Amino acid sequence: MPVDILMPALSPTMEKGNLAKWLKNEGDKVKSGDIIAEIETDKATMEVEAVDEGTLAKILVPAGSQDVPVNQPIAIIASEGEDPATVKSTGGANLPGHAVQGGVAAEPVAAPVVAPAVIESVGEAYDASGEVPAGSEMVAMTMREALRDAMAEEMRRDETVFVMGEEVAEYQGAYKVTQGLLQEFGARRVIDTPITEHGFAGVGVGAALAGLKPVVEFMTFNFAMQAIDHIINSAAKTLYMSGGQMGCPIVFRGPNGAAARVAAQHSQDYAAWYSNVPGLKVIAPSNAMDAKGLLKAAIRDPNPVVFLENEILYGQTTQVPKGDDFVIPIGKARIARPGKDVTIVSFSIGMTYALKAAEELAKKHIYAEVIDLRTIRPMDIETVVASVMKTGRCVTVEEGWPQSGVGSEISAQIMERAFDYLDAPVKRVCGKDVPMPYAANLEKLALPSVQDVIDAVRSVTYR
Amino acid sequence: MAVAARKSTKGPAQAKASAKAGSKKAAAPQFSKDQDLAAYRDMLLIRRFEEKAGQMYGMGLIGGFCHLYIGQEAVVIGMQMATKEGDQVITGYRDHGHMLACGMDPKGVMAELTGRRGGLSKGKGGSMHMFSVEKHFYGGHGIVGAQVSLGTGLAFANRYRGNDNVSLTYFGDGAANQGQVYESFNMAELWKLPVVYVIENNRYAMGTAVARASAQTDFSKRGISFNIPGEQVDGMDVRAVKAAAEKAIQWCRDGKGPYILEMQTYRYRGHSMSDPAKYRSKDEVQKMREEHDPIEQVRRRLLEDWKVKEEELKAIDAQVRDIVNESAEFATNDPEPDASELWTDILK
Repeated sequence: MPVDILMPALSPTMEKGNLAKWLKNEGDKVKSGDIIAEIETDKATMEVEAVDEGTLAKILVPAGSQDVPVNQPIAIIASEGEDPATVKSTGGANLPGHAVQGGVAAEPVAAPVVAPAVIESVGEAYDASGEVPAGSEMVAMTMREALRDAMAEEMRRDETVFVMGEEVAEYQGAYKVTQGLLQEFGARRVIDTPITEHGFAGVGVGAALAGLKPVVEFMTFNFAMQAIDHIINSAAKTLYMSGGQMGCPIVFRGPNGAAARVAAQHSQDYAAWYSNVPGLKVIAPSNAMDAKGLLKAAIRDPNPVVFLENEILYGQTTQVPKGDDFVIPIGKARIARPGKDVTIVSFSIGMTYALKAAEELAKKHIYAEVIDLRTIRPMDIETVVASVMKTGRCVTVEEGWPQSGVGSEISAQIMERAFDYLDAPVKRVCGKDVPMPYAANLEKLALPSVQDVIDAVRSVTYR
Repeated sequence: MAVAARKSTKGPAQAKASAKAGSKKAAAPQFSKDQDLAAYRDMLLIRRFEEKAGQMYGMGLIGGFCHLYIGQEAVVIGMQMATKEGDQVITGYRDHGHMLACGMDPKGVMAELTGRRGGLSKGKGGSMHMFSVEKHFYGGHGIVGAQVSLGTGLAFANRYRGNDNVSLTYFGDGAANQGQVYESFNMAELWKLPVVYVIENNRYAMGTAVARASAQTDFSKRGISFNIPGEQVDGMDVRAVKAAAEKAIQWCRDGKGPYILEMQTYRYRGHSMSDPAKYRSKDEVQKMREEHDPIEQVRRRLLEDWKVKEEELKAIDAQVRDIVNESAEFATNDPEPDASELWTDILK
């Protein structure tokens, strides 16, 4: 069968071009790779190469022709054994995609695209009271110990779990979170890395793609900015890009946000950054119990999880149930304090301000319901919305910056889902919109305060 | 199936670099007739597949970026000839050849290029993002250099599991200047990870000639300060590639740590389909094609040394062409993904 040579396109947007010259004449033998013509567009010249063998039987578009449409036959090649004198153009019918018009793939049949989240639906508030198994023995421990126990328990349970990061092994953790792990699990599974965040984050992701379950510790999430390409481009997107074939079971954890007096480069809250990314789960616990239950869940989760801890909270003690089976589901908020007049939504260290403010407000007979998000993505917006429908008012609290922050997201979600229930605009209490200063007084001013939360609540309750 | 478009320069010849790749004439170990035949067929499959992809791009069937491997076929085929089951492969965005060499289905690769549901990533990854757990191919990565850390992580997993598999981590002369490459070199040697770093030096990072971007243009030396051995290989000669690969892979299997192979190769086509081709001369490209073509070298051996009949090679050509045409046909007619696929595979 004779083969048509079509006017090629250099890009999906090219519609026509000029046929500058023919390098082969009618009757010439051509083989694969031979350049047979030159084509010009306003941007560049390109060569037309033969892909099949045969004889150039007929030139349909002479040299010098202007504005030849893409995909128009420009010549015919006779295959071996065919008479070049008698071949006819097939009109491009022998080429795959001959039905394509103007170089653009046929439009897909329009199908309605339905987002999984139906905005109008009203979910139920999550009840966290059943998370602690009945009859559990409770032990007081710091968040630091809770995190260490979570890792140790999961490492005992699953041989593919390992911990890597700067100073996690011999130094026992820059913040002592990995204390004792080297002694129990050895250097094969508790790995000190060089100071090379970009590189070891990538090594961790590669190991996860190969089926291991790394827990990658960043000394602080401020340093993870060096590694954010691997967290987002390599870890979060691979499952989607592989059509569901290749998952990435990895946990990136470490302290996040401001510590004390460490200035701008060491004091940033990344909750909003990571929560923007589909393919990631983002957790930010406020107490030892949640930290343990959620870190265990994160390690067991088959997806990449960003686990944001807080240095100031490491030393705080709460009751934690004993036992290896205490796991808290990811994606569920907890009502930390019930109330009826206003909903305060926070997470991580923000909960400290929120709960203290609620206590103060109660003295003035303003009863705040305080919700601890615990997971930032996927966000348990149902629990927030159910509360706001009850209280009609909402204040968000976070140490991160206001623009495009977690509070901004909550505010937008409430407006979309519970606008008619609002008796006042949602108010955000955030870190101030400045890099973190070093001076003690300025640092204090830059962070949110209990008073900021009280003021915000009073302004939305008009009391 | 007759055309493929290739941009070329109109201007005066620039970049008069001498044809260095392929100039090393240290006698490469001979192949058996069967090895030559296998290499010929496998390289030809990549060549014809890529020509077809270029053609389909020109017809508007393939969108976005499309980076063709034409000219570099001997690298991936020679490397693959030295591997065993379980060895992993990871590379950047010029990845079609690697996938075919790993034995991934040409229909699935081509249908991914056209963004169809039968594509290896269900049409959601495209030319730069395909994976196969079964064939141990770990992508297909679009961020230059990222695959070097990831490939080091694959090697880490081998070491952790205590198997003797090796990670073949491919990157180009451009990626070789990324910082994470050296972070990875350091860890790989420190922990004796079984990874062969295959630097495909095709002499241009997009349009930037090696000498304009690299203070040290001998990439085999890039591991010296980490004590990683390296060598330069004639990446146009599949026999030389296989011999070097065997040595490097054995080094890794023996627990001695990483190894660097600089493959001196050449890409005939532009960086991607929309390449102005002003940075090198037409003559330079032509000279490489005529004097160092990896497929032509094997073809000549088959005809002259092994006395294989022209008809026999034609039969191989026809067989390869059939596979490629079938993949093009499939990739053209397979439907686009269902709209519901937009929301799947985000989380497990």
